[in-house]
Amino acid sequence: MAEATPDQLTLYGEHFDSRFLLGTALYQSPTIMRDAIKASRCNIVTLGLRRQNPGNRDGDIFWQYIEDSGCKLLPNTAGCKSVKEAVTLARMSREMFDTPWIKLEVVGDDYNLQPDPFGLVEASEILLKEGFKVLPYCTDDLIVCQKLLDVGCEVLMPWGSPIGTGKGLLNRYNLKTLRERIKDVPMIIDAGLGAPSQAAEAMEMGFDGILLNTAVAKAQNPPLMAEAFADALTAGRKAYRAGLMQERQTASPSTPTIGQPFWHQSN
Amino acid sequence: MSTVISVSLNNEPFTLEPDTLLSDALEQWHYGEQKIAVAINGEFVPRSRYRETRLKERDQLDIVKPVGGG
Repeated sequence: MAEATPDQLTLYGEHFDSRFLLGTALYQSPTIMRDAIKASRCNIVTLGLRRQNPGNRDGDIFWQYIEDSGCKLLPNTAGCKSVKEAVTLARMSREMFDTPWIKLEVVGDDYNLQPDPFGLVEASEILLKEGFKVLPYCTDDLIVCQKLLDVGCEVLMPWGSPIGTGKGLLNRYNLKTLRERIKDVPMIIDAGLGAPSQAAEAMEMGFDGILLNTAVAKAQNPPLMAEAFADALTAGRKAYRAGLMQERQTASPSTPTIGQPFWHQSN
Repeated sequence: MSTVISVSLNNEPFTLEPDTLLSDALEQWHYGEQKIAVAINGEFVPRSRYRETRLKERDQLDIVKPVGGG
């Protein structure tokens, strides 16, 4: 039976049919990226800004495909290690892509690319005051998330695990706590997912969406993997809305025990 | 006074006439109508200021374009 009510994702007042946000890096070719975006059925793609030397037109076809996708653009500040760098790159992005939306990243450590929570809160506050719609890439720390909400973020994007690791949901306790304590703010699991089952689990836990890149781009067949993730998100979301059963320690037969054949009261 | 100034463009050295406008430098460097954004010495320079921003000795320019990102 078709779903009776629309179940859209709402971020900063904008509504999206898909809960899947897809990255545009690491694909073997722009064509494969284009096909993966289409197969993912996503409405939002992330992208970055990097130095480009004069006369180099390598990125033109990439940009053409992004524009043709019709997706909303979510530029990032990937690689920025200070508040100043992140704020400057966000301002450059706003002009370049004509959007106030920014996936804000302030890297705190080169080893695990863990977000710097202090810099993230500070940069968020600056950019929100300038009219940006900040989607902060953050850890699963409850207090950091609360501070991000305090300065005005309307979306949170906690990590599942470090970027590019494919380790899935590393700290389920923290993530469940986040969902329990922050009920009314959209939260998107961003980074670290490697398999569609992990995305489905996050959706079952009540998270509002998934943002990933590597798991699709580095699959042997990226468009097929994009479709697999899209299906997993849909399944996980439906499961969350349907309400999962309570887990039990002891077995309980599903088939009725009354009328069980071959059973006879022992003498 | 020196007849040229040295600036850094994306970490590469370039020489320009003193007081060159940013808009003229971008033309010299063949950025043309490409989709770019510019920062000088770590500060964003909006497109509306390209024609009034003059480059100085040792200015460090970052010129960026869209790339794939996660």
